[in-house]
Amino acid sequence: MRVMVMVKATEDSEKGMAPTPEMLEAFAAMDSFTEELVQAGVLVAAAGLKPSAEGKRILVDGRNRTVIDGPFAEAREMVAGFSIWEVKDMDEAVAWAKRSPNPMAGPSEIEIRPFYEAADLADFVTPEELAASRDGDRGKLGVA
Amino acid sequence: MTAGETPPTDEIYRAIEATFRIERARLIAGLARIMRNIDRAEELAQDALVIALSEWPRIGIPARPGAWLMATAKRRAIDAIRHDKMRTRKHEEIARELDGAPSQSFGDGEAAAIEAAMGDDLGDELLGLIFTACHPILPPDARAALTLRVVGGLTTDEIARAFLSNEATIAQRIVRAKKTVAKAGLGFETPRGAERAARLPSVLEVIYLIFNEGYAATAGDDLVRPGLAQEALRLGRMLAGLMPGDAPEYKEVLGLLALMEIQASRLPARTGPDGAFVPLDQQDRACWDQLLIHRGLDALARAEALGGAADNGGPYMLQAALAACHARARRAADTDWSRIAALYDRLRLVAPSPVIDLNRAIAHSIAFGPEAGLRLIEEIADADALRNYAPLPAARGDFLFRAGKLAEARAEFVAAAALTRNEREKAFLLARADTCGSKSFGR
Repeated sequence: MRVMVMVKATEDSEKGMAPTPEMLEAFAAMDSFTEELVQAGVLVAAAGLKPSAEGKRILVDGRNRTVIDGPFAEAREMVAGFSIWEVKDMDEAVAWAKRSPNPMAGPSEIEIRPFYEAADLADFVTPEELAASRDGDRGKLGVA
Repeated sequence: MTAGETPPTDEIYRAIEATFRIERARLIAGLARIMRNIDRAEELAQDALVIALSEWPRIGIPARPGAWLMATAKRRAIDAIRHDKMRTRKHEEIARELDGAPSQSFGDGEAAAIEAAMGDDLGDELLGLIFTACHPILPPDARAALTLRVVGGLTTDEIARAFLSNEATIAQRIVRAKKTVAKAGLGFETPRGAERAARLPSVLEVIYLIFNEGYAATAGDDLVRPGLAQEALRLGRMLAGLMPGDAPEYKEVLGLLALMEIQASRLPARTGPDGAFVPLDQQDRACWDQLLIHRGLDALARAEALGGAADNGGPYMLQAALAACHARARRAADTDWSRIAALYDRLRLVAPSPVIDLNRAIAHSIAFGPEAGLRLIEEIADADALRNYAPLPAARGDFLFRAGKLAEARAEFVAAAALTRNEREKAFLLARADTCGSKSFGR
């Protein structure tokens, strides 16, 4: 199964990064953890996100679209980085996540969410829809 | 977990089990290298799990569970050796060597010391185990079973179901493989230099064999079978993560990885709702897994950065480049068939096979017209391997049909229909034969 592992933002991460000795040490620790994930064939993709000051939000309401510039409040509700893992089950994902070095200087939170898989959507897609051939790169509900 | 709070037992046992699954292959690899015996390594790893199941609910999962399990297994090994009446000098030597290992109750500091002592060998030991399980002295099916058992952690029953075999046969195959490994005195070392390059093909062959066992399975089969493709992909990713990236043979590791990532991207589109196989040109490309395609193209690009264009690469790089042609085409009609034809021209030189020659003829017919296909198919029509091979007359029928020679095409389709054992394919070929009867239905 595929899971997304999200590291939540903190007030520190919202300030951006500087190459301090602490930060470099944290980077090295995260690198060796990532290496372990690669060697175990678990890591599929990973990326870090810039602070919300560089982000935008689009509020959607009916036909209205309102763009809001960052930064946003409530750091803990935002994602600072994510990776995608291929694991046997959620227990394995949790076991791996527990081994992660601290992603942030202070307390922080890691959230694991499984991807929807084709079997989960059996009730949403009719056999006719599945049978109909469609070209192009339109993803079907973002199913893994 | 906070002090004083006891987690539900079910939860801790599941956590221990998951941790053990993560550590198992490396644990067995390290123990096999010390004991020079896979059976003993498996037993000791199992012993360590049993001890963890009794200790960890009390002390919690250690910060370095791998080092804890290794130290525990080593202690068991020392005890066993001490109790062994048949002591040999070699055993005493091992016991002395292991005696430095701390007892079961140790802090994280000591665990870190053990881990540091094992150091960089962790990955190397696992690589050594993979190379040993895939040693060319073993037949390919034995290599596959042993690799799935000791590296993949599958049970004998799971392997049997995956290979549509029975448990006794697979158990027997694994026992024999272990005996062969022991008899040959293999040291579980990772081969280096020229030897590594020479032994790599038998590793790649086994991983791709496992992949194809799973890839060939269709819906309705036991779910373990498609799971094999996933397992092979994981093995391929492990190998790419463990092999030194500067080895000249590394590009074929990346080639195999790219090939499997791209082929696996089509898994969701390969079967229709009725479980029937859907051929490549009719697949819903929106169902292709773009993340896997991206990873596959990336691995292929890395292979090409190392060793030049895929055209001059080995069989896996070439097949990956072929798969990439399909992956890059948003619609079947966008496929670059002249590139595919050129790649088949190269592939038949590095991996000669009548089946590749037949696919080459098909690629040429699509790229350059039916006459080109007919010319190439005549060169291989007498190959022994293609005698009674339905795809041969089916392809020739298609070329003749497109060249407007309907009567000849009809005879080929009928011949192909008589050769295939697949009912759906037979119906499809007979339907094509029928269309040759009405002249107005040409294309």
